[in-house]
Amino acid sequence: MNYYAVRAIYLHEMHRMWRTIFQSIMSPVISTSLYFIVFGSVIGAMIPQVDGVSYGSFIVPGLLMLTLLTQSVSNSAFGIFFPKYSGSIYEVLAAPISSFEIIVGFVGASATKSLIVGVIILVTASFFVELSIQYPLLMIFLLVLTCLTFSLFGFLIGLLSNNFEQLQVVPLIIITPLVFLGGSLYTIEMLPDFWQKVSYFNPVVYLINGMRYSFYGVSDINIWISVISLVSFLVICIFGVAIVITKGYNIKS
Amino acid sequence: MKMRSVVSINNLSKVYKNDFRALKNVDLDIHKDEIFALLGPNGAGKTTLISIICGLVNLSEGNVHVEGYDIIKNYREARSKIGLVPQELSLETFENVFNNVSYTRGLYGKAPNPKHIEKTLKELSLWDKKDSKINDLSGGMKRRVLIAKALSHEPSILFLDEPSAGVDVELRKEMWQVIENLRDTGVTIILTTHYIEEAEAIADRVGVINNGEMIVVDEKESLINSMGKKTLTIELHDPITELPTNLSNLDLKIINNGKSLNYSYDRKSKHTGITSLLQSIREAGLKLKDLKTEQSSLENIFVELVSKDNS
Repeated sequence: MNYYAVRAIYLHEMHRMWRTIFQSIMSPVISTSLYFIVFGSVIGAMIPQVDGVSYGSFIVPGLLMLTLLTQSVSNSAFGIFFPKYSGSIYEVLAAPISSFEIIVGFVGASATKSLIVGVIILVTASFFVELSIQYPLLMIFLLVLTCLTFSLFGFLIGLLSNNFEQLQVVPLIIITPLVFLGGSLYTIEMLPDFWQKVSYFNPVVYLINGMRYSFYGVSDINIWISVISLVSFLVICIFGVAIVITKGYNIKS
Repeated sequence: MKMRSVVSINNLSKVYKNDFRALKNVDLDIHKDEIFALLGPNGAGKTTLISIICGLVNLSEGNVHVEGYDIIKNYREARSKIGLVPQELSLETFENVFNNVSYTRGLYGKAPNPKHIEKTLKELSLWDKKDSKINDLSGGMKRRVLIAKALSHEPSILFLDEPSAGVDVELRKEMWQVIENLRDTGVTIILTTHYIEEAEAIADRVGVINNGEMIVVDEKESLINSMGKKTLTIELHDPITELPTNLSNLDLKIINNGKSLNYSYDRKSKHTGITSLLQSIREAGLKLKDLKTEQSSLENIFVELVSKDNS
């Protein structure tokens, strides 16, 4: 194991985060806080309780997931795409480092950044709405697993993207709509029968409900199904990234 | 004496996905502590060859050993011996010089060593720029940062892909000095170039590659000696428009608007023909103003080799 190489990539990526702190930390925290203020405090005050909790508190797990998913994907996708774009990827490819070590360095840093953002968001949320976490260990487990899984997914997108547009397509056109329609701001029981059934095809529904369960002990879906779907997606991402990076697709001729 | 080979390339071929055959059964040995120049026109396969050795491009056939380690099976050991200075100025523009160079050292599995980074940056006259962002550096400085990065992990073999591309004359000479100093500290240097002047100035051995084939590999001096011709330039007192009849069957060319004659000869040949040429000139009644001889350069040899190979 090339420990120093993994460390170098990890610290290099983390350093980039501190260098661009407004974009990487402040921006997602501010935009999520706006959701808490508008939907949680202002509109939430006029909405009755959902699943036994106030609307402001109800949307916290969903908004947390929205930020974690988009941040993990974009951090990681950008982290590997930028050296590809600038050409500096050559030194990673020429170094005595395995594909696994490259992934650990980049994905580890991306997941750490998302975790930092997630924790700040939780703390910020506590200023605006009443928060309680029934299963804190489960919440931490889901938080870490989500950050890792979607950082891997983002890494895959970054590897496959050939330009900035492709880099943005998945987070903007796929992830954001899936999260919004995945019950982040409502419970799927509120939907008509047909749309409830459609929602079960949205993988993000399982993630948001898992996170909501860890907070309030309520969920539209069994917690084990949520955990299994998240782990399954993690395994798919691991295989996807392993195949792409081992074959050198898009980075090695 | 048999030189120790630090890079051994055997029957190496590369076919790209579009069926372009960039390298064709290349065999080459690089000796320890030498400066080896790989010459060739654009698209000859120079960059492909060093990219394969450095792990940036997958080989199609053959094998490469670096210090005895196979570049695929023992890629960690092989790559840790190598430093690479790429042709493009590929650097992370928003990072500062010191961090950029330290990052490369880490990638190569070496523990942080700020003293070594400081020494490297000082040797390359970059120490006062250590906190500058790459974006704020000139092209020449960026090139030196790339060299510093390549040396950050103390490699024993350094590859430089077109180190003089886009570099002014002064900096080019400075770079040659850096390269020669490195060789003196025990680093084997392999550089690709299409500037013959560069190979002529610093290389110990030269390989000429064309259309993916290694057409010649030899010591620079012996290549010049064995293939080089000498030219005798005869400056005339009075210009002429055509050769006198007694000179017309000799290999002479009128140049410089009739003010000079050029005579090419093989200096290793037993009879250069110079004595009889001078005699014939005197018989023709031509008055000489000056004489000078010139050894043909590596450039002439290169052009001759490549054009012969193409035809």
